[in-house]
Amino acid sequence: MAESVRVNVTVNGESRSSEVEPRLLLVHYLRDTLGLTGTHIGCDTSNCGACTVLMDGESVKSCTVLAVQADGAKVQTIEGMAPAGNGALHPIQEAFWEHHGLQCGYCTPGMIMAAADLLKRNPNPTEEEVRHGLEGNLCRCTGYHNIVKAVMAAAESMRSGEGVPA
Amino acid sequence: MSAVTEGATGTQSGPIGRRMKRKEDPRLITGRGNYVDDISLPGMLHMALVRSDVAHARITSIDKSAAEGMEGVHAVITGEDLDVGAPLPMVWIPPGVEVKTPEHWPLARGEVNHVGDPVAAVVGSDKYGVIDAAAQIVVQYEELPAVIDPEKALEDGSPLVHDDLGTNKTHEWALGGGDMDAAMAEADVVVERRIVNHRTAGAAIEPRGCIAEWRGESVTLWTATQIPHLVRLFLAGELGVSEEKIRVIAPEVGGGFGSKLNHYAEEVLACYLSRKLGRPVKWLETRSENLAATTHGRDLIVYCKMGVKRDGTITGLHAKIVADLGAYYQLLTPFIPCFAAFVMSGCYKIPAVQTDIVGVFTNKFATDAVRGAGRPEATHAIEVMIEQAAAELGMDPLELRRKNFIPKEDFPAEVAVGVVYDSGDYHGTLDKLLEHVNLDEFRREQAELREHGVYRGIGFSTYVEICGLAPSRVVGPSGVGIQGGFWESAVVRVHPSGAATVYTGSSPHGQGHETGFAQIVAERLGIEPENVEVMHGDTDTGPFGMGTYGSRTLSVGGEAAGRAAVKVQEKAKKLAAHLLEAAPEDIELADGKYQVRGSPDKGLALADISLAAYVPENIPEGMEPGLEETSFYDPENFVWPFGAHAAIVDVDIDTGKVEVARYVAVDDCGRAINPLLIEGQVHGGIAHAIGQALFEQVVYNDEGQLITGTFVDYALPTAAELPSFETDRTETPSPVNDLGVKGVGEAGTIAATPTMVNAVVDALRPLGVSYMDMPLTPMRVWQAIQEARGAGSGPRATEQGRQTDEHGSGSAGSGPAAPAEGGES
Repeated sequence: MAESVRVNVTVNGESRSSEVEPRLLLVHYLRDTLGLTGTHIGCDTSNCGACTVLMDGESVKSCTVLAVQADGAKVQTIEGMAPAGNGALHPIQEAFWEHHGLQCGYCTPGMIMAAADLLKRNPNPTEEEVRHGLEGNLCRCTGYHNIVKAVMAAAESMRSGEGVPA
Repeated sequence: MSAVTEGATGTQSGPIGRRMKRKEDPRLITGRGNYVDDISLPGMLHMALVRSDVAHARITSIDKSAAEGMEGVHAVITGEDLDVGAPLPMVWIPPGVEVKTPEHWPLARGEVNHVGDPVAAVVGSDKYGVIDAAAQIVVQYEELPAVIDPEKALEDGSPLVHDDLGTNKTHEWALGGGDMDAAMAEADVVVERRIVNHRTAGAAIEPRGCIAEWRGESVTLWTATQIPHLVRLFLAGELGVSEEKIRVIAPEVGGGFGSKLNHYAEEVLACYLSRKLGRPVKWLETRSENLAATTHGRDLIVYCKMGVKRDGTITGLHAKIVADLGAYYQLLTPFIPCFAAFVMSGCYKIPAVQTDIVGVFTNKFATDAVRGAGRPEATHAIEVMIEQAAAELGMDPLELRRKNFIPKEDFPAEVAVGVVYDSGDYHGTLDKLLEHVNLDEFRREQAELREHGVYRGIGFSTYVEICGLAPSRVVGPSGVGIQGGFWESAVVRVHPSGAATVYTGSSPHGQGHETGFAQIVAERLGIEPENVEVMHGDTDTGPFGMGTYGSRTLSVGGEAAGRAAVKVQEKAKKLAAHLLEAAPEDIELADGKYQVRGSPDKGLALADISLAAYVPENIPEGMEPGLEETSFYDPENFVWPFGAHAAIVDVDIDTGKVEVARYVAVDDCGRAINPLLIEGQVHGGIAHAIGQALFEQVVYNDEGQLITGTFVDYALPTAAELPSFETDRTETPSPVNDLGVKGVGEAGTIAATPTMVNAVVDALRPLGVSYMDMPLTPMRVWQAIQEARGAGSGPRATEQGRQTDEHGSGSAGSGPAAPAEGGES
């Protein structure tokens, strides 16, 4: 086992500092070291996207990023999408709930993070753009129908400024 | 249909029928779910497995010394070290039929029989460290010939998967009725096809996983399963521990699709090693392990023969099925193909229907249930045959269907295979489908597009599904032969405040039980679903239950919850009568009030009654305090959902690529409890089947190496490859249960593969393509086009034109069905 190295990462707005094995994946750092288990793991090959988080504002598959590569970065996970405590939801979360955009819920955190990145880059996407924008995230339950519907609805509510968390 | 219980009239004001947002979702959309991998226990160790990288071999030595010496490694065990009381279970013992059954141990004993067969287990303190240690275990093999093609496996002189069994044939089983010889003799045209329904994976996005924690004499197992109570029962025998000392918890489960309707080796190993080491042991499946060693589905070769008269009357349908079962059995492996036989009549009044099944061992992993489990295979065969026969007759395939549909007035209808369909209106769903698809307009558009070199096709399927497993006397030991009961259980507990908790034996993995069951119970009790909590998946807190599979949740588990709630309602009415000084028969439940009929001003809310029940100063003489009831419900019949689907596809004839332009589904699952959940189930089912039809296939090569061992190679559909679906419903209540419900979890998967194949064939008929097997990958479609063009140019009629199939791409002709070589690569 190689010597551990220190990483400093800002996760959901909070500064975290840990000694980690150099080979530790970011997803395991988030889940096992920091206890943020909302980010999931569904494959070994970066296909499923269940582990999607935002790193410096852009979506990454955290199973394909080493924790040491996140040193100095700002990481946002599903736990950081809604302000804690007051029960408020991010418009994307709200839309997934409203439009039945999830069933087993396992792909959902990654799907929501990927959607967040998509809508930041393209606030007014067509259905086709949403479908292509989410093709890095697999869902086995919903057939994507209601996920696409939810993302379109979230885009609309975010454009109109409704329900954006403080 | 049976009368619906008072308080459950399905009026729009009641919770039943409401498009209610799911109660499950707030925790799941915020990352606060609790899946197996989210659970971490003090002192927990990690387990990794060494799996065979060859398909068939004798193990000559295993050197574990290097691994044992590594830092953090606590134990390394092999098949010889593992001392358990029973092999893994297979629970189908059909009366009068011999099923050759190999012993299946959690770790291989002397021989491996498929790539991925577990050979050794390593436990250590670090999740990366145990993978390092597993890599240091050296296994020497003496390779044996691999048996891969199921039809070759049945030939004399084939190498054997299990020498001691003396054959690769697992069993023969048949179900049918009517005089097949007479039926075929009576037919003007007999259409024959060899239809391959290839091997697929359940591919839930959450892989399997489990954690075992042994404390004193008791063990708790958290496991990603659809059947926690059954897992507990099996573990009792394997571990030699009395059942009540075992607690199995299915926490949040990230999809199952049949692949978690099982009891797997790793569950036994985690428990065994936790006991041995005195520490909790966690195992998580990698996706590569999931594709190699979590059950596969389908993998049938169906030799189908349909007799039809010139006027379109179907006289008989005969299916001979060769089922590739893999090397060992999981829970229901040899039964699954037999399930197909129960719906081989389809939606049709066919005098003679027969299914003959031969099961085969091969050096692959076990097949078992995958969403639909036998019924998609049957429906695929029937609905493809219908369109093949229509083409041979030069008849409109919808007209052929209509001519043979069981008419609405015939229900309940006994069909040739001997089962009784509960209710149906097959013309009704098809008519409704055609309100969404203007066929005349489509045909005009199709003709125009063809002139511009665009090949657009439309395909249909109509299906009936057997679901709601139960009834025990039919499915159980002396009937079909599955060694168990098939009822479901529920406890409804009303708390002193008037809120309620439901404990169900059903065990969800995405279906939305917490919402749907809450709606049913709330309506029965006269409260709001927001005040009903549904608990599931824990053998210590709920009653024994059979789990979630086979679209049985609502019609068996939901009905049990409804019946328990009705018992509570009856007691509440007696108590209300006592409190209101009225006769119990004069009490009605209306608008959330227990009131003297027609006197809403003096009504009591459930909270008033429950408080009186828990503070029993004034209850009727002889009445027990408290407000809680249990129901164990075993239905009298299966339920039989049905529907009609259409797909419109565009085929790029230069590349073979198929695009789904529209997919329209009209399903009838009886009375709707929550339309939102129904639509979600239909969407997911359709996508799963389009996946099988166009992309997905588990592929082993001739040496038995798994070629599709990751999601790079096993191609699940993404959002970009699917359209939005157009769904609609009709409602024909089931007379079998009080709710009037049927199942819907598998409907899309059952209907959509033949719809897709029929659509692609329709697009390519002008080029001479008359049939293709799935998956309709660009390569396969392109090859079929080339072969058809090579076989004769220009539009070709569908007479006895026969295509050869040198590439195993499955384009079969209509002559005598003969096994094609290499159909399963």
